[in-house]
Amino acid sequence: MITRFVLRALDGKIVVAIGILLAIALLVPALNLLVPLESAFHVPTYAVSLLGKYLCYALLALALDLVWGYCGILSLGHGAFFALGGYAMGMYLMRQIGSRGVYGDPVLPDFMVFLNWRELPWFWYGFDMFPFAMLMVLVVPGLLAFLFGWFAFRSRVNGVYLSIITQAMTYALMLAFFRNDMGFGGNNGLTDYKEILGFPVQAAGTRNVLFAMSAMMLALCLLLASGIVRSKFGKVLVGVRDAESRVRFLGFRVENIKLFTFVVSAMMAGIAGALFVPQVGIINPGEFAPANSIEVVVWTAVGGRGTLIGPIIGAVLVNAGKSYFTGAFPEFWLYALGGLFIAVTLFLPKGIVGTIQQGWSGRKAMKAAEDAEKGRDADVLPQAAE
Amino acid sequence: MLIRIFSLIFLVLASAVPPLAQGTDPKPLIDALAKANFKQAEELIAEVAATGDPRVVAPLEAFAEGDLYARKADGVVFIGRSAGSQIALVDPLTGAEAGEVAKSAATKIKVNNNLRRAIRASLGGLTLMSPDRGARLQAATAILGAPSAENLQLLEAALAKETDAEVKTRMEEARAVSLLSSDRSLEEKRAAIETLAAKGGRKAISVLRSAQSSVDEGLKDDLDKAITAIEGELALWDMAQNVWYGLSLGSVLLLAAIGLAITFGVMGVINMAHGEMVMLGAYSTFVVQDVIRSSAPQLFDWSLAIALPVAFLVTAAVGLAIERGVIRFLYGRPLETLLATWGVSLILQQAIRSIFGPTNQEVGNPSWMSGSFPLGGMMVTWNRMWIILFSLSIFFALLVLMKKSFFGLQMRAVTQNRRMASSMGIRTPWVDAFTFALGSGIAGIAGVALSQIDNVSPNLGQGYIIDSFMVVVFGGVGNLWGTLVGALSLGVLNKFLEPWAGAVLGKIFVLVLIILFIQKRPRGLFALKGRAVEA
Amino acid sequence: MTTVSETRAKSLLYLDNVSVAFDGFKALNGLSFVVEPGELRAIIGPNGAGKTTMMDIITGKTRPDTGRVLFEDSVDLTKKDEADIAQLGIGRKFQKPTVFESHTVWDNLELALNRSRGVFATLFYRLTPEDRDRIEEILSTIRLTHRRQELAANLSHGQKQWLEIGMLLAQEPKLLLVDEPVAGMTDAETAETAILLREIAKTRSVVVVEHDMGFIRDLGVKVTCLTEGSVLAEGSIDFVSNNPKVIENYLGR
Repeated sequence: MITRFVLRALDGKIVVAIGILLAIALLVPALNLLVPLESAFHVPTYAVSLLGKYLCYALLALALDLVWGYCGILSLGHGAFFALGGYAMGMYLMRQIGSRGVYGDPVLPDFMVFLNWRELPWFWYGFDMFPFAMLMVLVVPGLLAFLFGWFAFRSRVNGVYLSIITQAMTYALMLAFFRNDMGFGGNNGLTDYKEILGFPVQAAGTRNVLFAMSAMMLALCLLLASGIVRSKFGKVLVGVRDAESRVRFLGFRVENIKLFTFVVSAMMAGIAGALFVPQVGIINPGEFAPANSIEVVVWTAVGGRGTLIGPIIGAVLVNAGKSYFTGAFPEFWLYALGGLFIAVTLFLPKGIVGTIQQGWSGRKAMKAAEDAEKGRDADVLPQAAE
Repeated sequence: MLIRIFSLIFLVLASAVPPLAQGTDPKPLIDALAKANFKQAEELIAEVAATGDPRVVAPLEAFAEGDLYARKADGVVFIGRSAGSQIALVDPLTGAEAGEVAKSAATKIKVNNNLRRAIRASLGGLTLMSPDRGARLQAATAILGAPSAENLQLLEAALAKETDAEVKTRMEEARAVSLLSSDRSLEEKRAAIETLAAKGGRKAISVLRSAQSSVDEGLKDDLDKAITAIEGELALWDMAQNVWYGLSLGSVLLLAAIGLAITFGVMGVINMAHGEMVMLGAYSTFVVQDVIRSSAPQLFDWSLAIALPVAFLVTAAVGLAIERGVIRFLYGRPLETLLATWGVSLILQQAIRSIFGPTNQEVGNPSWMSGSFPLGGMMVTWNRMWIILFSLSIFFALLVLMKKSFFGLQMRAVTQNRRMASSMGIRTPWVDAFTFALGSGIAGIAGVALSQIDNVSPNLGQGYIIDSFMVVVFGGVGNLWGTLVGALSLGVLNKFLEPWAGAVLGKIFVLVLIILFIQKRPRGLFALKGRAVEA
Repeated sequence: MTTVSETRAKSLLYLDNVSVAFDGFKALNGLSFVVEPGELRAIIGPNGAGKTTMMDIITGKTRPDTGRVLFEDSVDLTKKDEADIAQLGIGRKFQKPTVFESHTVWDNLELALNRSRGVFATLFYRLTPEDRDRIEEILSTIRLTHRRQELAANLSHGQKQWLEIGMLLAQEPKLLLVDEPVAGMTDAETAETAILLREIAKTRSVVVVEHDMGFIRDLGVKVTCLTEGSVLAEGSIDFVSNNPKVIENYLGR
């Protein structure tokens, strides 16, 4: 069953994309570690982390695309799942600091000592264990998505309404995480990490491994998404997007379909967040900001929603653009981003990949249409007697 | 004791018949203190007070403090402040510096408790009888704050003369407070408790509480009753104050949401740049005030009135441009509209940041917007008051426009059945454009009002966009009344949650409640129901 | 004419005194209505008579304020939602053809096939030879065999209507509700659709809502005329179309 699922997922372009991602996972660290500094092919360590960050964003965009591009649910709160995954990883990293913190408390993170807390809050228990923390990376965003989706999809909150309440959800979480007494470091978030699994976070080797992990995790999630999309379930998903009531009247439980997809997508976003945090070295409540979540939407839109490669390309392109603009002309970045939102919706609704695909299939479709034209008379008046 | 009463009576008489003594120069009387014994000093104090000269307050106070000195050389009396081994002398009446002398060159005029009491009484009398209404009010308030039985006769004498209603009430309260610690009869004390109960307020409670320990057994019940009565009343006023704060927050929400009620509620356009329209309105106010400050400062109190049409026109024009340039291509695609208008909002924010800088801009309150007035047991600030009135008047003006005007008719026709409206000769594209411009313009007007209570920065709009959507969705899309009820009830709910949850947690609570509410009733409080609503 | 109580014992669908109001407007007003197994029934009536609302109630989209709706004499449909009711065996065709435009004709039918519809069942679903045969069979019934790989979006209006009917067939319902199947069709397509529906009705019950009196005459079945949310007349097309009340309310003089 699983092999069939995987084989179906591995068709054409996806194989190529996964191949490229795995190659990058090897190539970039090689260029960083093995190629001498003075060589033109040397990739500096900061660039490895930067690229790793892009890949995390790409995974987040892929997660969003699964619900938006395929299921028609425009979530403006995916940043929340990303951030929750990030916080779970951040909590693990904080516990790894141990007594090397400024206050040297063996258990309590610095900010808790600073706030005069006597003991670790219960929800920090277990985060010193890597497997538990990784489980939470999936469970916490998944659980939130499940609870939220359970209510929302059951009561058929749809379209724009859903978008607005997902936005309100991440906004509420942002306000909550900004509070010091929430126990997540308030304003400053979680930072000053030392080690991950015993390896120093800042070391070039660790960074390269994290990068390779990001690329491989993206490849794995791409495989999963592809498997979902190409199964009958994926076809139902698109059906929900295009004609929800038809799916319902065919006897499908639309709320379960949406809920499953939403939870899977939230978990992917959580993974992205967990990989993101050790590479940038901080997680703070700003990640919950509604603006961040909407930005993810534009990456997906630019690349092409409803395609699997599109969001990855979109996320990398837009973020590379952002890195360039904020360095070269910081004033203009918001103009560029704003313009991008408008331009994509007005002129490129299918995104880059979608438009290219349309161009391809357009040629095929034209041929098909010509063929059909020849046989049209026969279509309209089929034989009456069977 | 007898002396004290005599002196008080004398004093009261003296001050009750001011023409006799008034106009007398107090200076020789003060100088006479240098050689007076205690008894004489007491008489002198009365005489000094009887002059009615407001300047005598300072030397009398100094006397009570023991800061009155007689210069040995000539026996003239000064107010002295010890400065090391020297004493700095000041003229007791004018306050003019009179040089420093060695400590040995001046004698301190002795004072005892009896004299101090006499001084305090005469001082109170001085101000309680003062021809200046403000001074009398202040004196009465002072006694109210620090009651003592000694002031009782004084107060009663003053009360008999008082004509100003407010001062009189204050004096009666002060008398009631003083009476509780005196040795007057039970009946009088009971009446005093009633007076205090009628006055109410936290101060009355604390006075009554402090009286609890000293008062006669027979009065305890009355006291307790009075305290519970006041506490009940206080709780009511607290509630009223909370409702007021809630309405005030609600009116802010209403202001922010009302333009959205048109663009989203009526047209179904998701305008994420709505908050930036509010922001543009606030910046219009800033620019108008800036121009007024530099060219016609006398018009400053009119600045908001001038800013209103300016803000409306500016934001309506921007709204028109957005509708014509972006939104009209996206009708029927709400999610795309959401994204495109978000892009617009980013551009507008950055534009304002580039022009005015990222920092807060100073927008002033005209005089009629500042200050506050008490209403029963609560304080009402004028700016909140005006904003509530303003948002309600905008709301009703809009309601009338929608229901009664021809434009409103066209607008409703287009939103209900676009094809039919267009076939009846309504230019639907223009109705769309103007409806959107109207919604944006109203957001701009809201910005003028919000500039009075919020920081005017490029991020101003961001803070309102989610709240506004919540209000419109909560109230029920397409229903202006829903927006009104939604805004006010969310405001009040927020303020009632705040005391026990804190401001941030309260807000989170409200958001969660709305999220749950929308899932229960996806179409809001006042949903349109029927076949026309496609699930 | 048989009364409701007599037919109750053998009915497939049974509506008793069903009423529903939207903001005071009575869309259905004490509607009682019975469909027998294997019956093909036509429903006519002016706009706003409650035809679509009736279908909404049967398929669980709208809940009635009062009244009973029973399927096969035992299942209370007012307690079920759309998916339950579809799985019970009631298929519905919308007024406006609703197919999955970004899927091929084949995929449309594959989705509609009456197979397990759970999340994991669909995730790991594999097309079996039986399913393949069934889809081929339906394709030929709805005359779309040669366009099986075409995107549904590229079909003509009439073909979309047929595809939707084909999807309902794939659902293998016991009762088919068809809302204005020939609206916007050419005469040839209309005639063809009548044949198709009669053929379908051989194995299951079908309720057709239509305005096209010629089409209903073609079907040649029992007709129910609704007005203002309740039944005005019921019987053969000639009986109903000669009823003075029907003429006044619907057909016009």
